Amino acid sequence: MIEFKCHKGIGSKVEGEALVADDNFSARYDLDRIKGVFSRPQHKLAGESYRDKILVLNTAKGGVATAWMLHEMKSRNIVPKAILFNAANTILAQGAALAELTMCDRFEDGDVTSLLKTGDQVVVDPDAGLVTVLNRD
Amino acid sequence: MRLNDEEQAMLAGEMGEPKRWAIDHQIKVGRMFDAEDLVPVSQSHMMADPESVGDAGVSFLEKLADQGARVAIPMITDPRGVDLNYYRPLGQTEEMADLDRRTIEACSKMGILMTNTCTNYQTIMSPVLGDHVAFGDTGVVIYSNSVCGARSNYEGGPSALAAGLTGRTPRYGLHLDEMRRATRRFVVRQQPKGLTDWGVLGALVGKLAGSYWEVPVIEGLEVVPTSDDLKHMGAAMASFGSIPLFHLVGITPESPTLAAVGGEKLKAEEITAADLNALRSGFGGRGDKVDVVVFAAPQLSLVEMQQVADLCAGQTLKTPMLVCTSPQVYADAVRMKLVETIEASGGKVLEGTCFYNQYAREIGVANGWKRLLSNSTKIVNILGGYGYQPALASMEDCVASAIAGEIV
Repeated sequence: MIEFKCHKGIGSKVEGEALVADDNFSARYDLDRIKGVFSRPQHKLAGESYRDKILVLNTAKGGVATAWMLHEMKSRNIVPKAILFNAANTILAQGAALAELTMCDRFEDGDVTSLLKTGDQVVVDPDAGLVTVLNRD
Repeated sequence: MRLNDEEQAMLAGEMGEPKRWAIDHQIKVGRMFDAEDLVPVSQSHMMADPESVGDAGVSFLEKLADQGARVAIPMITDPRGVDLNYYRPLGQTEEMADLDRRTIEACSKMGILMTNTCTNYQTIMSPVLGDHVAFGDTGVVIYSNSVCGARSNYEGGPSALAAGLTGRTPRYGLHLDEMRRATRRFVVRQQPKGLTDWGVLGALVGKLAGSYWEVPVIEGLEVVPTSDDLKHMGAAMASFGSIPLFHLVGITPESPTLAAVGGEKLKAEEITAADLNALRSGFGGRGDKVDVVVFAAPQLSLVEMQQVADLCAGQTLKTPMLVCTSPQVYADAVRMKLVETIEASGGKVLEGTCFYNQYAREIGVANGWKRLLSNSTKIVNILGGYGYQPALASMEDCVASAIAGEIV
């Protein structure tokens, strides 16, 4: 078990499987939100399903639409369980607050896209500012 | 977070459930960014196009309206997802139109002015130096911060709505002096000519800086850009890099000198013609077939409408061409017969929408549009994820390509 400290975030404590890339994120630019996959060919997670994953990405990009979109994705249950960033932006935080989706950023131990690996079993506790990797020592 | 008596009352629900939701939302967001208090704002601007709001969002807006929500400050809206006077020919469905009708009804009930524009700084009420505002559209935010010297974070739909209801926003990010100082310094060696060049420069700076928390300062410009030039530059920078503020030395109001924004201590990074050409060449080339030509993102000013109309006058377009403008400009363009000129050539002017937020994926499939040509660097960036192969050209070449049926 490994623990990583981050800034206090938004949402409730969740557990899930990590899906990691050192890429940026926009729900509008990158996702097919009906199929639940990354659809932008240039994205490092192109073709991957994000449903119920703990998404781990570098930062937010693009416009403001993601704030509503996370809420809409949550209503259909085709949504990541949590999103972790090196640096979130305002839009992603606002979207997480409305959708009651878990989101944290700013990790003390460095780049979260290197700290976590795809397939890791991860617990995210936003109130404590703590991310625990269960499958590694 | 420090709250005054009125804000405490809002949070306790003494001023109704909508304000309680709104301030609770603002506290959650403010806490994530270490905001110490809330700052009064003079205007709010919300993105509420149905494609991004979705059925869940529209139901949320209706619930607030039914609970008696009423905005506390002037609040305006971003482009709609459907031009209700012209949607069936585009392949948009009755369901899409209904979602838009419901949004308009709920917003109007709350006292929101349905301005439906992403160029409100050119058409409604431009903010002024030091003005704290809660603006939504990224192109609006970057223009208002950089060109007007106003102060806004990206306020997505929910938080812009919250700001409209409470009349304030959490004081973090670009509401703070220290967050407005330059963090990256770029030197331009090739002078931009025309809207697309400004867009490409914005895109490159956005790509290089690449985060909401970076503030680029650009020096070396020998030409003074127009409002439309800066509109395209800012929209592209925000789209490629999520950047909300830039400074142009000697041009924008907070950077009369490099030193005024702390830029003299930063390493100068050169932007060469090769860098700009590399970005440009990623988007299509001559001789390629083109399925649709689009002028949008941001909506066109009256001046751009005249430029497009002049290029179309007396011509017949082989390729469908869509021109998106605000309801304010549309009315003037009708009166001045610019819409008539564009439509006589076979183009179509859409009112109060913008191409990429009007179900671009679905209308692409419905019309068999893959190869899209535009002079907007922002739109060619967005539409890659929507199943298009976008190409970039100047306004003149876009219209010439629509006439020829292939990229000239």
